[in-house]
Amino acid sequence: MIGRDLLGIEDLDREDIVRILDTAEHMVEIGEREVKKVPTLRGRTVVNLFFEASTRTRASFEIAGKRLSADVINFTPSASSLKKSESILDTARTLDAMDPDAVVVRHSVAGVPRRIADVLGAPVINAGDGAHEHPTQALLDALTVRQQKGRVEGLTVTIIGDILHSRVARSNIYAFRKLGAEVRLAAPPPMIPAGVECLGVKAYTSLREALDGADVVMALRIQNERLGGAYVPSIREYSATFGLDRAKLDFAKDDVIVMHPGPVNRGVELSHDLADHRPSVILDQVRNGVALRMAVLYLFAGRATTPGSREVAGGAG
Amino acid sequence: MTSQQSARPPGSGTGEKASERSAPDAGGGSQQVARPLLDSTDINRSLMRIAHEIIERSEDPENLYLVAVPNGGIPLARQLAANLAQVAGVDVPVGVLDTTLYRDDLISTGSRPALRTTEMPSAVDGCVVLLVDDVVKTGRTIRAAMDALMDFGRPRAVQVVGLVDRGHRELPIKLDYVGKNVPTQVGEEVRLRSAGEGDSERLEVVVLPPPPDPGAGEGSK
Repeated sequence: MIGRDLLGIEDLDREDIVRILDTAEHMVEIGEREVKKVPTLRGRTVVNLFFEASTRTRASFEIAGKRLSADVINFTPSASSLKKSESILDTARTLDAMDPDAVVVRHSVAGVPRRIADVLGAPVINAGDGAHEHPTQALLDALTVRQQKGRVEGLTVTIIGDILHSRVARSNIYAFRKLGAEVRLAAPPPMIPAGVECLGVKAYTSLREALDGADVVMALRIQNERLGGAYVPSIREYSATFGLDRAKLDFAKDDVIVMHPGPVNRGVELSHDLADHRPSVILDQVRNGVALRMAVLYLFAGRATTPGSREVAGGAG
Repeated sequence: MTSQQSARPPGSGTGEKASERSAPDAGGGSQQVARPLLDSTDINRSLMRIAHEIIERSEDPENLYLVAVPNGGIPLARQLAANLAQVAGVDVPVGVLDTTLYRDDLISTGSRPALRTTEMPSAVDGCVVLLVDDVVKTGRTIRAAMDALMDFGRPRAVQVVGLVDRGHRELPIKLDYVGKNVPTQVGEEVRLRSAGEGDSERLEVVVLPPPPDPGAGEGSK
């Protein structure tokens, strides 16, 4: 059964994931209505607590909350207060005193959402923590694959790029493995974490081998801001070897789909033409992101009705 | 960290049972003794009579729009559409409207029922919408359905069709077309379900007695 917080895909079992995806599938229909709003979370407050800059994910959560009629507050603590870990919890406690029904947390350090969840009465939803997890991204990716392919089980999913620094990759590995897909990784050796095979995936340094027979190809963003160019000789070389274009896609299945968590570095991870056209499904991912986050807010927000119920329930259990 | 794992409120996750709606599932609650209320002949007869009444009272049958409340309303609305075609030669659209996200007990109970399909084939503006549900009790589902319906446009009028009206109304909702009025006890469950296994066409309505121990009943759900 789904727990109180959504901190990572690692904590979920297959049934939880399927339940979230099923709920999201129904939320998709609301986005197609003329009135894209239902009263479900009326009078509930969702706080977006983003310590790390984000436009897309924050907007996606904000729209999702508003489509469910929740009041959505964006809380962006100033950069100077981030440095002291103490102030993060103080910020969280201050927020908690305002009785939110869900707190969506993004932070550049792994584990912060979990730490915040320990002091908050409200459910915490992880919107990305360092290189740890980004569960809603993986869930919306799984939803997109299920929509496009009709299933996830038995598919071959190839993830290309900086696996080492990618919370998207980590969450997707958990999600797709739990849903029964084969997951392959392709990257220059320094970008593949040592011992990644223990997650049930296979790592390749040859893109061609990794793409052979793939149903889904997911390109990760090369994060220049995090790398400082230390992991690949040059962006041009990376692009020539691991950047996707139509010629390289020939190694995959004919009906392969191409995904990217965005924002795309055009001409680096994907050729210009692939970034905009089929078989890429990037805009479907964005659209599904809203529906998926509606499902997550529906299933998690406002369930624990009294602040501090965690302590009470924990003591009793 | 351990407190987090056990932090789910004990009551959450239940409450689906509190729904007054019921699914036409075969064999659900088979342990209990089900008292038959309507067999498939009764149901078909009621739906045919209701179709005649609808035509009799409609100024413009071409303007009708059937909207089923899932799950029980769906087979009934389809049958009604077929009957209306037979009786008056009209082709009435059939929509399905899930009311879950419009329920008024989500916050108080903390339950998160599974969502069901919503499919509205065309706009409802200017139509006379007939909401179709299998069993009407408190009226809360109908209230939710009306709210949901308004998000799809502005019908000219909304009327309610219920196969079984079991009383116990909690909101000022009245049925325009009723299959059968059945006095029931509050704890009992009235359910539309398939009459035989593997035979989804033949429906029946049964009354299930209240579970002997409500606590145990919730836990097993």
